[in-house]
Amino acid sequence: MIELTSLCRTFMLGDQAVHALDNINLSIQSGEYLSVMGPSGSGKSTLLNVLGLLDVPDNGHYLLQGTDTTLLSETERARYRREHIGFVFQSYHLVARLTARENIELPLVLAGVAPHERKPKVAAMLAQLGLTERADHLPNQLSGGQRQRVAIGRAIIMQPKLLLADEPTGNLDSQSGSDVVAILEQLNQQGITLLVVTHDSALGQRARRRIRMTDGKIVADEQDAAQTEASHA
Amino acid sequence: MRSADLLRFNLQLLLRHRFRSLMILLALAIGVAAVNLLTGLGEGAKAFVLNQFSLLGNETLIMLPGKKETSGGMPPITGEAPRDITLQDATAISRLPGVAAVAPLQVGMAEVRFDARVREVVIAGTSHEFFAIRQLQVQQGQTLPALELDIASPVAVIGSNLKRELFGNGPALGQWLKAGDRRFRVIGVLSGKGQAMGMDMNDVMIVPVASAQMLFNKAGLFRVFIQSDDSSAIPAVKLRITALMQRRQDGVADITLISQDAILSSFADILSTLNLAVSGIAAISLLVAGILIMNVTLISVSQRTAEIGLLKAIGAANRDIQTLFLSEALLMALLGAAAGMLLSELGLLAMRLRFADLAFHTPWWARLLALSIAIATSLLFAWGPSRRAANMSPISALQARGNS
Repeated sequence: MIELTSLCRTFMLGDQAVHALDNINLSIQSGEYLSVMGPSGSGKSTLLNVLGLLDVPDNGHYLLQGTDTTLLSETERARYRREHIGFVFQSYHLVARLTARENIELPLVLAGVAPHERKPKVAAMLAQLGLTERADHLPNQLSGGQRQRVAIGRAIIMQPKLLLADEPTGNLDSQSGSDVVAILEQLNQQGITLLVVTHDSALGQRARRRIRMTDGKIVADEQDAAQTEASHA
Repeated sequence: MRSADLLRFNLQLLLRHRFRSLMILLALAIGVAAVNLLTGLGEGAKAFVLNQFSLLGNETLIMLPGKKETSGGMPPITGEAPRDITLQDATAISRLPGVAAVAPLQVGMAEVRFDARVREVVIAGTSHEFFAIRQLQVQQGQTLPALELDIASPVAVIGSNLKRELFGNGPALGQWLKAGDRRFRVIGVLSGKGQAMGMDMNDVMIVPVASAQMLFNKAGLFRVFIQSDDSSAIPAVKLRITALMQRRQDGVADITLISQDAILSSFADILSTLNLAVSGIAAISLLVAGILIMNVTLISVSQRTAEIGLLKAIGAANRDIQTLFLSEALLMALLGAAAGMLLSELGLLAMRLRFADLAFHTPWWARLLALSIAIATSLLFAWGPSRRAANMSPISALQARGNS
């Protein structure tokens, strides 16, 4: 599903070049559950941004479902993000003036889906996430766990193939954190490709495939046998 | 994004930032209201002035002594010229074909006395025809009698204001007034007419032209009003009068002829230009509102940086982001303009109630002008900030503080 070949991304910090991604080669199959770990500045966030089409590599190729995304225009990349990629952020990034329902609905609105088609989809999503009761609350009236669940609902309402999570439990207490992880893993079991970027080794170890990065390079890539999947769910 | 969704999204934004929205709407509303109010007042004043002149009727010519070539500079509206127009000239003109009526006019100031009351008033020496040409009516008594122009009959028709000041509620008809060193018997009182061509007809005293000439000891006429049978005959009558006066004034024709059309069109030109200038000044206030919009859009962009990053992450292209910010500005322009128009209509309504004889109406061009300037400045000044928002890198935008 994802094919990265000799991918490079360099930032200039003052007059010093920082190689956030240094010749990355990575292949991800559809339905995989990956974690990316590494110290700060190891390039894992840049990898996430490039995979999410928010950032463009300086060099190399990124094939997403057979399309070379490095050749796409800005508008086409936006369409790909909308249709194929979901984001979950550490700080939720909910729009404060919109209710939980409206936040989840937002991608559908941007995509120009008709209101009568949006309604049942959003209602089903709210029910699936156990948020029906809180649907008309504003983000500041919700708990952290509820906010992250709204954010997940927004990320998957367009039924993307790829879900990118950047420290999804970073701002949550352990109970809400494990709830959120359970939802993400359940989505993965339903077939979504899940990539989690984290500092938290407990969370990182849950993934079937664990990538470790240092200084913009992949230094470890461990994979469990596919059959042991049940013990981690 | 569907337009209905875009509208809803922006309305939510306006409601959420109530104070900010209110300030912009106010600035826009004041700008639009200023354009509408000022042009409305200007148009009202213009209509009033033109109406005053059109009382003259378009089959009337005014003859003034002197011409540009002999007096130099301005047309000789003061009545001072090298060659006088005499009563005999007026009589000769009245015999020309196509001329229906001629009314000479001699004007001066004199003290008018009745018992112990004295007033300094304008005295107009003219003839019976003057009343028909200027559409003057009497509320009591009669107009000047139809006499030969050179008969100085001691009679007077006075304005309603003058009548009240000199006689109070007592009878005026048949009373003798003293004007200068001559005595006049009041034979009529004008009905109220107000200001007309710079002369307050309520304060005037009208006497036969020959009497006025004696009173002021002056032979030359100030004006001659000439009424033709028909407005289409005016050019021909003009030519005949010029030819006649040329003969009578030793080949020079030292006169100026003015028709109502000429006066109306030059006044309309002046007033329209003035009106346009005033609305231009008002339009500047809209430009100021535009700069306010630019600042507010800039603030909005920086406050909503994280939201812009998010919208990009969930699939909004640069173009979509720009549309969002531009439509927000457009919505504000439309709402502000609507509020401004409402405001100006209410203002003009109040003015109409206060000054019943002035027709204050904002012309359609001014409304369109105000609306389009409001929209154009909003879009123009929101363009830069919206471009900035659209071109933000989604990654750094997401790292900005804000949103929960």
